[in-house]
Amino acid sequence: MNLENEKIDIKNEIEILREDCLRPTRTFSRNTQIWIGSLLVIIGWGLYCYIHQLRQGLGVTAMRNYVSWGLYISTFVFFIGISHSGTLVSAILRITKQEWRRPITRSAELLTFVSLCFGGIQPIIDLGRPDRIFNLVLFGRLQSPLIWDIISICTYFCGSTVFLFLPMIPDMALCRDKLVVCDTRYKKFKKWLYTFMAIGWKGTKSQWHRLEKTMTIMTIIIIPVAVSVHTVVSYIFAMTLRPGWDSTVFGPYFVVGALYSGSACVILGMAAFRKLYHLEKYITPRHFDLIGRVVLALTLIYAYMNLNEYWIPAYKMATAEGHLLNDLFSGSYSTAFWTCQFGTVLLPILIMSFPKGRKITPLVITCIIIAAGAWVKRYLIVVPTLLHPFMPIQEVPGTWSTYFPNYVEFSVTAACLAGIFLVITLFSKLFPMMAVWEVEEGIQIEHDKQAVIELREQREVAEAKQMKEPKAKLITPITNTNN
Amino acid sequence: MAEENNKNENNAGTPSENAGRRNFLKYGALTAGLTLVGGSLLKVFADNKEQGEKMKVLSSDGKVYEATCNQLQEFRPAPVSNAEARKGIPNKKFVMVFDLSKCDGCKKCTEACQKMHYTESDREWIKVFTMHDAKAEAPYYLPKPCFHCDNPTCTKVCPVNATFKREDGIVLVDNERCIGCRMCMAACPYSTRFFNWSHPNSDQTAAIGNLPYSPEQSVPRRMGTVEKCDFCPDMLRQGKMPACVTGCPMDVIYFGDQNEDAVTNASGVTVKLSQFLEQNAAYRQLEELGTEPRVYYLPPKNRKYPAPDLKNIEKEKKEKKHIDMDMSSMQM
Ligand code: SF4
Ligand code: SF4
Repeated sequence: MNLENEKIDIKNEIEILREDCLRPTRTFSRNTQIWIGSLLVIIGWGLYCYIHQLRQGLGVTAMRNYVSWGLYISTFVFFIGISHSGTLVSAILRITKQEWRRPITRSAELLTFVSLCFGGIQPIIDLGRPDRIFNLVLFGRLQSPLIWDIISICTYFCGSTVFLFLPMIPDMALCRDKLVVCDTRYKKFKKWLYTFMAIGWKGTKSQWHRLEKTMTIMTIIIIPVAVSVHTVVSYIFAMTLRPGWDSTVFGPYFVVGALYSGSACVILGMAAFRKLYHLEKYITPRHFDLIGRVVLALTLIYAYMNLNEYWIPAYKMATAEGHLLNDLFSGSYSTAFWTCQFGTVLLPILIMSFPKGRKITPLVITCIIIAAGAWVKRYLIVVPTLLHPFMPIQEVPGTWSTYFPNYVEFSVTAACLAGIFLVITLFSKLFPMMAVWEVEEGIQIEHDKQAVIELREQREVAEAKQMKEPKAKLITPITNTNN
Repeated sequence: MAEENNKNENNAGTPSENAGRRNFLKYGALTAGLTLVGGSLLKVFADNKEQGEKMKVLSSDGKVYEATCNQLQEFRPAPVSNAEARKGIPNKKFVMVFDLSKCDGCKKCTEACQKMHYTESDREWIKVFTMHDAKAEAPYYLPKPCFHCDNPTCTKVCPVNATFKREDGIVLVDNERCIGCRMCMAACPYSTRFFNWSHPNSDQTAAIGNLPYSPEQSVPRRMGTVEKCDFCPDMLRQGKMPACVTGCPMDVIYFGDQNEDAVTNASGVTVKLSQFLEQNAAYRQLEELGTEPRVYYLPPKNRKYPAPDLKNIEKEKKEKKHIDMDMSSMQM
């Protein structure tokens, strides 16, 4: 292939890529409007319920003195777990130089950012006195696992915001430059926004150099922070003496559970954007296959963690713990427990072990089950333990000794979920959902590889010729140009 | 305190007896002379210059009486400052001992406590359990207050130091600082803490809603905060016993100061603590958790009452009010 042709080829490809990525930011279809409208309705209703809760107290929820933490705290653990997706896909795959990560980093990082926002507010929703939240600053004490949570979640939040923003800079510049040519609504606002967010990006060599350097540093910093986050989230349970929580594997158990449910959610995000924004060309079945393998590996580790978490105490059946486990294995929570274990451990392993199971449709279905199951699992970690205290539950009002979230909790939680969808939707309507420059880089690398292969072939052919006609001209070696 | 409350009740409840005094007392003398029940009352006085103004009063047994202002009398000394309440009573180490052989499960301690702290009936700061550790073992009653642990799991996890351990051993909650995270409820292995899920009911608000607050008396309660047994430190400051101790007709509960090595029960029997514990083979609940409770139990040996009726528990279990646990092997 001719080198000139190839350059034009790349240029075309990149142009098409940019077009594909920026297209969704220019349209605002009827469907999107309806979608956003319905999300707003759910959020509005949730807000109403929350205000009701603020005025009447947490008594309007189903929580009572034994089950003093319920759906909100379970959701907190679940959302914070999801937020590990960004770190996994972006940082770990970046650091291990997995080329296939390129088209999915942006959505993973976004998911991290959004689920952290909405996960982080769960404990505040759950507070009895949110009006006194500043007491945490005035009187905060380092002994409390809750303070560890606040510190590490805030750190992770800042980190992941930077991590989301940094690779957006070149794309923002691209948006800014492209905006002039196309015609769009809110042009002025968008121009201002892109210019602001591009923070003077011109694409000079030194800028690229700095960006890459910062990205490397951030990648290294963010991984331990992410691990610390879910570890200390588990500590709010593990630091108590309660049966079922008083466990030394809780830290790693939570981290693995988080990575695994997070990456399942990344798959869901990938599938959704691929379909909605016609990115089939970039997010291919191969990507699903590869990330399917990652989820499979995580599921296996998660299964191993489950074994440790349940088999060890189940073998010993110590008094208090035994009562809890009886309830989980064969009591009132057994259906939920076994469905959950089957759906989130056995089934995914069975499906994803086969290449056919890593095709897009079965994978997406599995991931929906994993995500829902992970949520239920958090609930099964929080609630049954609270219903099995050391002292017996005797002569209490019937509402105390059972728990199922009521409409207030469901509405507020649904509003938070809707909030996540809303932010993601708005984001995708403003910014490209793939890191354009990263994918471009990938295309370049791909082409370079091809060039090298062709070069080698050419050389071999030439050498073979040379052997035959020793006086033939030497082919001048072609140097690879990266930019 | 119980007696004194009764007196108040009578004062409030039978106006005829006090008619003479009412006429005698002048409004100004009343306000000036008394350490009064609280701001609300003061406000009532200020707003209504008339002497015979009627108002509602909640007595210590939870009934609402109508009384004229000038019938009211001092019934609580002004609470100590927050700083003092956090420090505790100097040179004391309070302990409680339950002699389980005498407890017949009448729940009078719970009642006395609820009166004292204006708690609603479902909130039992001191709760009497019917225990049956194992089939072969004897059933018995177990009254359980807050254990005021020396290694309290609850205070360790509080993010804002709203619940704290004092020098005199008492663990209190400051409901003006508590943010309602309920971390302490999750952490307490004895399910001792209660949360104010809703606004305190209106009777209560009318009666005590405007008392000056101190962690020592735990009232007025506030929505969205945690409360629990406080060992009645406001009584202790007056040199009196906690409400449950004096409320127990069976003389089960002994209370005292470990530094003095003496505990006393409702009938005024004082015993040497160390000897008492040693000779009766005292134990503490869930000792293996390392919480170091300040509350001791004497085993229910030679019971002086009929054994608890376990049928009740069976019935409750069916009604799902009761999640029973085999408690054997829990007490080491
Ligand atoms: S019994 Fe519970 S609330 Fe009371 S001091 Fe011990 S841990 Fe804290
Ligand atoms: S509920 Fe109140 S007392 Fe309990 S840990 Fe939270 S802030 Fe502290």
